[in-house]
Amino acid sequence: MAFETQRLIHTFAALSDLGQEIADQGDFQEMVRGSFHLLLGSLAIRRGALAEYDRRQGVMRFIATRGLGSEFPDLLPLSTEETRLLFESNPGAVQADRPGVDPVGTYTRVLEQMGVELSIPLVVRGDVIGLVLLGEKASGEPFSKEDRELLQSMSRHIGAGIKTHRLMEELEHKAEENRQLYDGLRTIYKDTVRAFAAAIDIKDKYTQGHSERVGRYSEIIARELGWSEDRVEGIAIAGYLHDIGKLIVERDIINAPYRINAKESKELNQHPAAGFEILEPIHHPYADIPLMARHHHERLDGRGYPDGLKGDEISIGARIVTLADSFDAMTTDRPYRKRRTMEEVVVDLRACTGKQFAPEVVCALCRALLKEVNGETNERRFLKLLGKGYIENERIAPLIAELISELDPQESSKAAGTF
Amino acid sequence: MTETAGDAVRSRCIGETTVIYASDYLNKLSGERIERECQRQLESGCRSLVINFRDTELVNSIGVSILMGVIDTAERNNAQLVFSNVNNHTVELFQMLGLTRHVGLAQDEQDALGLITAERL
Repeated sequence: MAFETQRLIHTFAALSDLGQEIADQGDFQEMVRGSFHLLLGSLAIRRGALAEYDRRQGVMRFIATRGLGSEFPDLLPLSTEETRLLFESNPGAVQADRPGVDPVGTYTRVLEQMGVELSIPLVVRGDVIGLVLLGEKASGEPFSKEDRELLQSMSRHIGAGIKTHRLMEELEHKAEENRQLYDGLRTIYKDTVRAFAAAIDIKDKYTQGHSERVGRYSEIIARELGWSEDRVEGIAIAGYLHDIGKLIVERDIINAPYRINAKESKELNQHPAAGFEILEPIHHPYADIPLMARHHHERLDGRGYPDGLKGDEISIGARIVTLADSFDAMTTDRPYRKRRTMEEVVVDLRACTGKQFAPEVVCALCRALLKEVNGETNERRFLKLLGKGYIENERIAPLIAELISELDPQESSKAAGTF
Repeated sequence: MTETAGDAVRSRCIGETTVIYASDYLNKLSGERIERECQRQLESGCRSLVINFRDTELVNSIGVSILMGVIDTAERNNAQLVFSNVNNHTVELFQMLGLTRHVGLAQDEQDALGLITAERL
């Protein structure tokens, strides 16, 4: 084969391989090493170095070297003037042919002694990216015009690869900053919501901590239903805020130490719709929070308020908050009654499932309860919320398991084996 | 005579000469293995190296660059280096790029060992 043809094939293969190396940005060091090998191997250049420009420190940092010996420096500090000359030298200009414009002027003699014949600044879209230094060819021939064009072209590719890597790093850095900022905002949002919940509960001296607990129960149920963490967070927020509408209800009605009359009840029953009005204009990071607040007194049988929704018209989120709200009402003291025992709560849940509460939601609450009663989980979520001695009763587990099997026969075999 | 293989490149020592067998495609991975093996052999007292290309069909630019590194290493260590069993296409490539100015070429491994012995004499 004629040398020229052989040379062309070798050159094309080198360019093609270089494209693949640069496209593979997975491992930057590998990309740099591979690209540098290709540059040297395209013309069998015996020695050389590839530097990346560190703008902050004003140095050329060598990221690949070959055949230049152990004394070759790791970096070259550049003066502002030298950086300017690099910038002005145009991408890929081979300096050996341009006396009078030497981008690494301070080092010319040192580099010559080390066998460096060519320097190719890597300038991409007006940005100094780095520098390629090259020694002699194995053939001993001087670099031809075609050689220089090839090296210039390959160096431009390498420069673009390094720049892309830098941009990716900057993007990742920005994305991480944004993520931290977002996390910070979420924390502020959640803290604000909890502060609101506390403000709501302070108005009601008998049910302090109610909103917080409803948030917690909602979270437990949603998690048991296999919801994603994001949705679990959302339902917890809905739980914290479900009673926000009570802010417009007279304190005397909320704190009445007796069963309130019809007129007072009417005013109190405005709180879900009022809550919706308060929450609706806010852009929440989670879906449907205003609706969950509006519908937390709806019932499956359509006898709830404010909209008298039935069955599937009530969202799963609202069904969860409804049960969490009622479960907390059953398990806490009220001004006009003591809290129900856990056995009584199970009876109430059974009686109200299908009418007031959704079976799958009651089932999820019971499963979570049973896991804790049976010690299948180390978490003590209910213990913290209900206090010691409330669910640690050997009669509780069979009752809960029985209710689970009634609501979901498929669960009965699993539940039967757990106590 | 000792022979080594495994994850590393296959090689065998004959006195102070090591024959290293290149794989079918000399690229970054296989090339760097050869380079490391050359370095290892020279550090352990080897004075001449034969790289046998009998299985090598193709040498790309990365392979050329790595072989330049091997040539450099051999020169720094005053070691002889001969390439053997190089196919015609690769011989043309090595000639075109000037590698043959720095390394001897032999028809086969036996010739390469003979060349080394002759040069040493």
